[in-house]
Amino acid sequence: MSAVTTLDPAINLDTGYNFAYLDERTKRMIRRAILKAVAIPGYQVPFGSREMPLPYGWGTGGIQVTASIIGRHDVLKVIDQGADDTVNAVNIRRFFQRTTGVVTTERTVEATLIQTRHRIPETPLQENQIIVYQVPIPEPLAKLEPREAETKKMHGLSEYGLMHVKLYEDIAKFGYIATTYDYPVMVDDRYLMAPSPIPKFDNPKMNMNPALQLFGAGREKRIYAIPPYTKVESLAFDDHPFEVQRWQQHCALCGAKESFLDEVITDDQGGRMFLCSDTDFCQERRGEVASTAALVERPLSGSV
Amino acid sequence: MYVAVKGGERAIANSHLLVSEARRGDPAIPELTLAQIEKQLRLAVDRVMTEGSVYDRELAALAIKQAAGDAVEAIFLLRAYRATLPRFGYTEPVDTLSMQLRRRISATFKDLPGGQVLGPTYDYTQRLLDFSLAADGAAVAKPEINTAMAENESSSVMALLGHEELIEPQPISAGDPEPNDITRTPLTFPTSRAERLQNLARGDEGYLLAMAYSTQRGYANNHPFAGEIRFGTVEVEMIPEELGFPIVVGELELTECQMVNQFTGSKTKPPQFTRGYGVAFGHSERKAMAMSLVDRALRAEELGEAVVAPAQMQEFVLSHADNLEASGFVQHLKLPHYVDFQSELELVRKMRQVQADQVGAAS
Repeated sequence: MSAVTTLDPAINLDTGYNFAYLDERTKRMIRRAILKAVAIPGYQVPFGSREMPLPYGWGTGGIQVTASIIGRHDVLKVIDQGADDTVNAVNIRRFFQRTTGVVTTERTVEATLIQTRHRIPETPLQENQIIVYQVPIPEPLAKLEPREAETKKMHGLSEYGLMHVKLYEDIAKFGYIATTYDYPVMVDDRYLMAPSPIPKFDNPKMNMNPALQLFGAGREKRIYAIPPYTKVESLAFDDHPFEVQRWQQHCALCGAKESFLDEVITDDQGGRMFLCSDTDFCQERRGEVASTAALVERPLSGSV
Repeated sequence: MYVAVKGGERAIANSHLLVSEARRGDPAIPELTLAQIEKQLRLAVDRVMTEGSVYDRELAALAIKQAAGDAVEAIFLLRAYRATLPRFGYTEPVDTLSMQLRRRISATFKDLPGGQVLGPTYDYTQRLLDFSLAADGAAVAKPEINTAMAENESSSVMALLGHEELIEPQPISAGDPEPNDITRTPLTFPTSRAERLQNLARGDEGYLLAMAYSTQRGYANNHPFAGEIRFGTVEVEMIPEELGFPIVVGELELTECQMVNQFTGSKTKPPQFTRGYGVAFGHSERKAMAMSLVDRALRAEELGEAVVAPAQMQEFVLSHADNLEASGFVQHLKLPHYVDFQSELELVRKMRQVQADQVGAAS
């Protein structure tokens, strides 16, 4: 396992808590919610979200999902905005290093379990991987109808006219749909789902993805899922098909044209450059990472 | 040249050291002890215990110390600790009628069995800064009467009104079903009153105060009267399975507020006073009173009143009452949002371009 790129080798296992912090009964409760979520793709399953030692809104849902399914042989990757080294990603990775001692990696191909906020890695996911999304607002209709008692009915009846009207109004006003992230999707032709605030650029990656996709909303106490190879369709109209963002620029470091680019301000004279938001993808392209994937054991995720 | 934001790990470790240093302050000044916080900042301890949903004065004092006096941060520490605790079972309902009273007042009757007992309250202090407290070591004069109103048969105002059926009865539901525990099963709407009271009991004091205040200013007026406010000590009993009878496992300090509200009756119910209920750990009258007003406002639907004001709306009130949820989500805006912002930047540029083109074409 030494071949895996461990970011923070100095962090010691904290033995004062159960493996992955949560007690086993809580994990079982969350796993039951996950199983139900997998059985009904896109449906929001209420669960007894616990108060975690990290603040609500900072990934407590994703953390609880990860904590419930992580096993000793998992290789964990944590990203925020596509990057492994943003403080929030570092903090969450550190939490799991302290409470599980599992091997962590920056490399998408080496990970069995990926917890993410706001991005899906550029590198295509595989069947033996699970991606866990941190979700702030799980209800895709919340901005249109804040009352849960009402949105529950709409989901029950698959009555999503409200959302279609909203998108239509965008087109009438701007000529295009003015939603750039958390762009609503239909899962398995049945449930309208919030993909979490990923850019719509990432939406197509959800469709027929070989990996299991799990979504945890801690504050709102909901879990939902997209099983592997499930149809996920971004809402659109026949005469206004779904489109993703494109840049005229290339990544200044690796030259990538097809990845999501972050804009970085370089001076106060309007100077700027564009960089891959997915730091692992960018490094791989620059050949900065020695290939270690072949050396990594690939156990089934979740096996303790 | 662009420098990647690396070294998050080191920055985090260093910020831990900085916050510890800031918490301790000038090392020349003696460090606060937990006993000092527990005994001399008792009301802060009470609030942290109430909203932290853990009755443990020492742990609450520790949380306050660690949080440098920030109540919400201290509540967070206590709640996160609570989440790891196993639960052994339920106690018997505490009997507030047999409370060892330290304070008991009613605003509805001038005198009543058991009497009005002012007890330790800031209510009638004149809020003048007491500069003598600025000097250390002054002894506090002994109060005249014993603080505990022991063995005093104080019947509740509610029971007195109940004799004439002037107030709605509050019988225990048939079979006394175990209430849904909102810390285990999330709230779903509409809610039961038991769930609402749990939510309000751990809800943010400032938030409930504002909600309660709004009902007094015309947003869902309930014509409230403070029927009874009690503060004192109650015994907590549990029935261990192997014994089959209740034994006392500890004592709690509680503040309870029974609010009496006007109700003009409906097609099915005669005119009768209705209740709003508030309770909090320790001495927390502002919290208990605010809670009782909000509880009553949230019963609008049940009592056939029109739901018109924010304080009557279950989803609005209950979904926003928890200060950890609110504080976490408001402050999560500190986290990086580069990706979403980048998407919005692109959109705004596109919109500006379209508008500029239109203006250009028109001129």
